[in-house]
Amino acid sequence: MSATAINVPTGNSPEAIARFPFPFDADGYMYSTNVEEAEKPRSNGVGEWGGRVYDVDEHYRFEIAERDRVLAADPARCQVLPHMRLAAWDVVEDATTRLSRDFPEHFSLEVRGDQRFWTNRLLGIEQSYTLLDDDTLPLEPFEWIVRQLQEDVELLDQRGDDLFFDAGILTFGADWSLDFDLGMSFLEIHGPVPRVHEMGVLPRAFQFLQRLPVGPIYRRTNWTMTVGRRLDTCTEVYHEWGPDRANLRYEEIGERLHLRVEVQHFVRLPRSNAVMFPIRTYLASLDEICTVPAWAVRLERVLATLPQDLVDYKGLTRYRDMTVEWLRERNAARAG
Amino acid sequence: MGVTIDVRVAAVRDLGPDVRELTLAPLNGTPLPAFSPGSHVVVHVPGERTRKNPYSLACAPWSTDAYRIAVRRLDDGRGGSRAVHEHVREGDVLAIEPPRNLFAPVVGARKHLLVAGGIGITPFVSYAHQLVAAGTPFELHHAPAGGPLADELEPLRPDAVHAHADRTALMAAVEAALDAQPLGTHLSVCGPPAMMEAVCQAAKRHGWPGSRVHLERFVLDTGPMDPFTVRLAKSGRELAVGEDETLLEALEAAGADVPYLCRQGICGECRLDVLDGTPDHRDIYLTADERAAGTAIMPCVSRCAGDGPLVLDLA
Repeated sequence: MSATAINVPTGNSPEAIARFPFPFDADGYMYSTNVEEAEKPRSNGVGEWGGRVYDVDEHYRFEIAERDRVLAADPARCQVLPHMRLAAWDVVEDATTRLSRDFPEHFSLEVRGDQRFWTNRLLGIEQSYTLLDDDTLPLEPFEWIVRQLQEDVELLDQRGDDLFFDAGILTFGADWSLDFDLGMSFLEIHGPVPRVHEMGVLPRAFQFLQRLPVGPIYRRTNWTMTVGRRLDTCTEVYHEWGPDRANLRYEEIGERLHLRVEVQHFVRLPRSNAVMFPIRTYLASLDEICTVPAWAVRLERVLATLPQDLVDYKGLTRYRDMTVEWLRERNAARAG
Repeated sequence: MGVTIDVRVAAVRDLGPDVRELTLAPLNGTPLPAFSPGSHVVVHVPGERTRKNPYSLACAPWSTDAYRIAVRRLDDGRGGSRAVHEHVREGDVLAIEPPRNLFAPVVGARKHLLVAGGIGITPFVSYAHQLVAAGTPFELHHAPAGGPLADELEPLRPDAVHAHADRTALMAAVEAALDAQPLGTHLSVCGPPAMMEAVCQAAKRHGWPGSRVHLERFVLDTGPMDPFTVRLAKSGRELAVGEDETLLEALEAAGADVPYLCRQGICGECRLDVLDGTPDHRDIYLTADERAAGTAIMPCVSRCAGDGPLVLDLA
């Protein structure tokens, strides 16, 4: 474990594993503009995931507390540039509307003209407020609502044929930083990603996002690996989690090494014309992955054939070969 | 085909000899999506054949109980505006695509200088409502005086909305205004192409950088949906692709198993090999070389140049 004490969450129940967004649909992985229509359940071989834009699951209370902890330690993980105020209210409207519709047992929203009455039974929140009136909420509106979501949410302003990262909460990022990237254009943010520029993946995604209409919602998955069941792997705290990548031991792989999957949604916000990316991070330890034999076999093949530049970019360099060997041994033992 | 919303034509009103306003209300009382200033919707206009025309939403951006559009009759156009005038009646149900915005105001602008010619005033209705509500300074110059929607805009901010008799008077006022703006002002223009070009040239002469000048460009997302035939080489089957369906939809209806993801021409998942015939590429996935070769097609958005047949390597 790292030196800094962090909340240690429990692992996944079998139900949570059955709705894990296992991201590989082939035995190899390469970047693609893997965008598909959202709010459509997708099979992972043992269950389904992806019915909803904002997901609420057994980790809700832990993850909300974890975000509170990260924001208390580093308030710069939430930033909203002044011109994004209308977009912030768009997020409030979108999240409260969807959550109360998709999880009526946990959330409800009463609407009377511009008046709203919001109930979050999981956190014991009852709040009445007036749309677009910041003073009627206890926190800045974007921060107020995102602190009730398991997703991190990033907002891009569209102006002058470009998209700018002008607001966000990033507490569960996979080695990137809101404070570093805030204000950058879409293409600048993705500058360090290998291959996607030359392959045309990023220019296509960029055109797609610029033309995204209000209404239809799309999603994609992304993935990496994390040592420890740790959500906050933002660059700001690299010193806390980075060293774990070097000290992972072979016999610890099943318990400590996690497949980290992001489900990212793309939503055009109606009033502000901003583009919203809610990003939900799911973690499953390799022991948990191995409860689904087809996943273990596929992950072995994906890792074994992953090109070196992607291995390096994803930060797997120190343990990729060892992990392939570990999976091979597990898979062979089961097959034998 | 993408998502559409069915709306009822709640009111039809003539705003002048050749401009007709339609009020579009939701069918089941579910509010329509809110939208951002400058947004348009693509209206599927019924007629002998369906036309898909974009129209600016000419109402406040928070008008979720009904949208309004103003349609000028163009007899030399593709027929969509004429069909609106001739065929659409109160009570009709129309399909519209959700709002999309290619002309959003720059949010951080200190002031907006807006210039409209004729029916080009329509996007500035939503601009004006939003800018008034937000207290953002703006100045709108439009011509001709007494044109459509002027009576709605002037009461919003009488000191900021300036009507001019004709194009000459408008351009004189614009020339003066271009020299009198505070730093941080953005210029937005909508109107006939010649008028937009004249305003652009004037802005250039007055030293405005291009990044501060914004034009409404109405680009149809989809070209004409002409029908064509497609032949599946492996089985010899011939299918007719109608004007109201995509090639992918026609293939799916015929039981062909084509993988897909985005259905927007970006992801590349549904790529098919073309053995003969000339594709009409409408995707943003294929490279220029691949397009020129004509041996692949993205059936979710692309079609056939001409009647076909387009020959695909499918059963």
